[in-house]
Amino acid sequence: MTVVVRTISRILLPVGLAFGGYVVMHGHLTPGGGFQGGAVAASALALVIVAFGAASLKGKKGLLSVLESLGGVAFAALGFLGLGVTFFANVLAGAGGLFGRPVPYGPNPGDLNTAGTLPLMNWAVGFKVLAGLSAVVLLFALFGGKDDR
Amino acid sequence: MRRWLAIAAFLLACGFLIMGALALRPFGKPARAEMDEYFNRFSQPEVAANNAVTAIVFDYRGYDTLGEATVLFVAVTGVALILRRLGK
Repeated sequence: MTVVVRTISRILLPVGLAFGGYVVMHGHLTPGGGFQGGAVAASALALVIVAFGAASLKGKKGLLSVLESLGGVAFAALGFLGLGVTFFANVLAGAGGLFGRPVPYGPNPGDLNTAGTLPLMNWAVGFKVLAGLSAVVLLFALFGGKDDR
Repeated sequence: MRRWLAIAAFLLACGFLIMGALALRPFGKPARAEMDEYFNRFSQPEVAANNAVTAIVFDYRGYDTLGEATVLFVAVTGVALILRRLGK
């Protein structure tokens, strides 16, 4: 791609990644969550693939694969964490420890340190979606067409 | 002949869709509201999440999200499998 596209995507990459991380981090307070934030961050990586060519990210396939598997395993493990009650029971919510602050009923300003296992699951799913979607785009760009290998 | 058949099928599908749209309930008035009221009342005290949608997706219906994650994983695996064979 031309130098204009490359410069703009170099500026937009950290912005996109930071916004995706913000959406994932505040998934239990504001609209959004793991899937949405992961998709936003993956769109930033797709921009890089379009602007700089797929060869610039070719060495990162192993990292993406590891990230996706790790996200899936972490999500299932967090589900198993509540197995004392039921699968996917939220044992950390309101328990005082990590993300354990209780929330009153009704409108309130919101607190990041709440919601128990939900923020952890959001991060797991966010990394999983980020790695999965960008791996799909990267594979299409690497092997999908005849040109721009 | 095939063209007329296609037009008839299209009109039939349109008719079913319009009949379904006319039979919809008014917006915001579900047939049974107990579940909605439960989520509205208890998603904050039980799950301690201000975002009720995230509370439903990751806590009350965690199985569903696990299935979604599996679908994404299978999709990525399928793309990798097919395109790797094409790339050789």
